[in-house]
Amino acid sequence: MPSHNYFTSSIGKKQITAITGLGLVGFTAAHLAGNLLILVGADAFNAYGHGLISNPLIYVAEAILLAMFVTHIVMAALVTIQNTAARGKRYYIKNRSGHGETIASMTMPYTGIIMLVFIILHLINFKYGAHYETTVDGVVMRDLFKLVVEYFSNPLYVAWYVFAMIALGLHVGHGLQSSLQTWGLNHPSYTPKVKMISVAYGVLVAIGYSGLAVYCYFLN
Amino acid sequence: MSNVEQMLTLNLKIWRQDDRNDKGRFVDYKLEEVSTDSSFLEMIDMLNDELVKEGKDPVSFDHDCREGICGSCAMMVNGQAHGPNALTTTCQLHMRSFSDGDTIVIEPWRSRAFPVLKDLRTDRSAFDKIIAAGGFISVNTGNAQDANNLPVNKENADRAMDAASCIGCGACVAACPNASAMLFTAAKMSQLALLPQGEVEAAERASNMVREMDELGFGNCTNHAECEAACPKGIDLRNIAHMNREFLKSKVSGK
Ligand code: HEM
Ligand code: FES
Repeated sequence: MPSHNYFTSSIGKKQITAITGLGLVGFTAAHLAGNLLILVGADAFNAYGHGLISNPLIYVAEAILLAMFVTHIVMAALVTIQNTAARGKRYYIKNRSGHGETIASMTMPYTGIIMLVFIILHLINFKYGAHYETTVDGVVMRDLFKLVVEYFSNPLYVAWYVFAMIALGLHVGHGLQSSLQTWGLNHPSYTPKVKMISVAYGVLVAIGYSGLAVYCYFLN
Repeated sequence: MSNVEQMLTLNLKIWRQDDRNDKGRFVDYKLEEVSTDSSFLEMIDMLNDELVKEGKDPVSFDHDCREGICGSCAMMVNGQAHGPNALTTTCQLHMRSFSDGDTIVIEPWRSRAFPVLKDLRTDRSAFDKIIAAGGFISVNTGNAQDANNLPVNKENADRAMDAASCIGCGACVAACPNASAMLFTAAKMSQLALLPQGEVEAAERASNMVREMDELGFGNCTNHAECEAACPKGIDLRNIAHMNREFLKSKVSGK
């Protein structure tokens, strides 16, 4: 048996998955808030993007984000592999109680993998995608708005994007409240509310990102 | 379902396995004249009487108290631990919960940490090992004291009592999609950690019990709450949150 410490223990791995997951939840909120500038207009959105990448702190932020992603995925994968092994032989029939598992909780590893694929494509398409230029208030900067609108002119791209955002909504809808429980926060009167907020947040994120994609489609 | 006694004819699909190494298989049985007033275990007794008369091997299953307190009567009934009713063990389940002509599928608990011994019987000594790793109090508490010397607040007393109602039946492991033993372990930890005598060793206890639980090959909780729904004693997930805190504290304090 390898030594048992916080990082190899069941609860330790869960808590690390949860804390990095919460960090990523924070990122999804911040990213969505930034994307909403698309509604304001091309210049506002481009200037915001330019402001972000011109700030040297962006490298620190990106490094932290990458570390959170990698840690989250590695820990979640270890937990999932152990969980599959722990069952052994499957049941011939297994009926859910109706008050436990949800679609979101059951599909955590799958929605996670969908997001992983999404994130890789997303980075290739946008961060490392075509470099158009524009000028806002005399400053030359990358025209991300043009690139975004261009991608979303394709209805298939919009459909895949919406699909991935539903996966994200499901994942964080279970994940948000789950991570608080994993960190030991459970209270008879607050926890039911936290669960509602968690689901509401998942719905909001899914609708927010998808809505913007559909909006961009109609800009074409 | 009605309160008037009726006789049922049932199709049973029961897991039969000779020993640990046998691959096992489902065998179908037809059982007639089962009273709706009989308990589920009495129904299996009836089947076994017939099997014995026919010179066949009876279905092996664990049972002892037959009143919901010993935790022996482990079996999955139609894909649910201890059958369809909430807050009941299999021995407390009555045949009036079923209808004439029903097919009932009966399987053992499935978990790598609970190997099948024979038919529906599993080896659940893994739970004993978790207890042996720290589910006790070893500090010297001296002579019996005056009751009011050790004040315990009402909430902790109630929560400890609720946690202590765990009968160690294993339904939580059986129902959990990850075959996690966290509800059991948490209940056995909370019932002690919430009280002054048990609090003293809370950190070592958390560390040792979780280590044992992990090494026995149980899964990790992913907060589905199927365990809570399956628990015949209504032990709730708050215990797992408590365990998660106790474990973190134990590691922060270097235990
Ligand atoms: C935007 C990206 C992501 C966010 C915001 C996020 C958020 C979360 C949160 C908050 C949890 C809950 C932890 C807990 O239950 O205690 C979680 C769990 C999990 N995540 Fe993610 N995650 C993301 C990406 C991923 C990716 C890319 C994968 C997999 C490839 C993944 C796989 C998992 C798995 C398997 C779990 C454990 C399931 C569980 O504990 O119920 N996640 N995630
Ligand atoms: S036989 Fe004791 S709990 Fe069912």
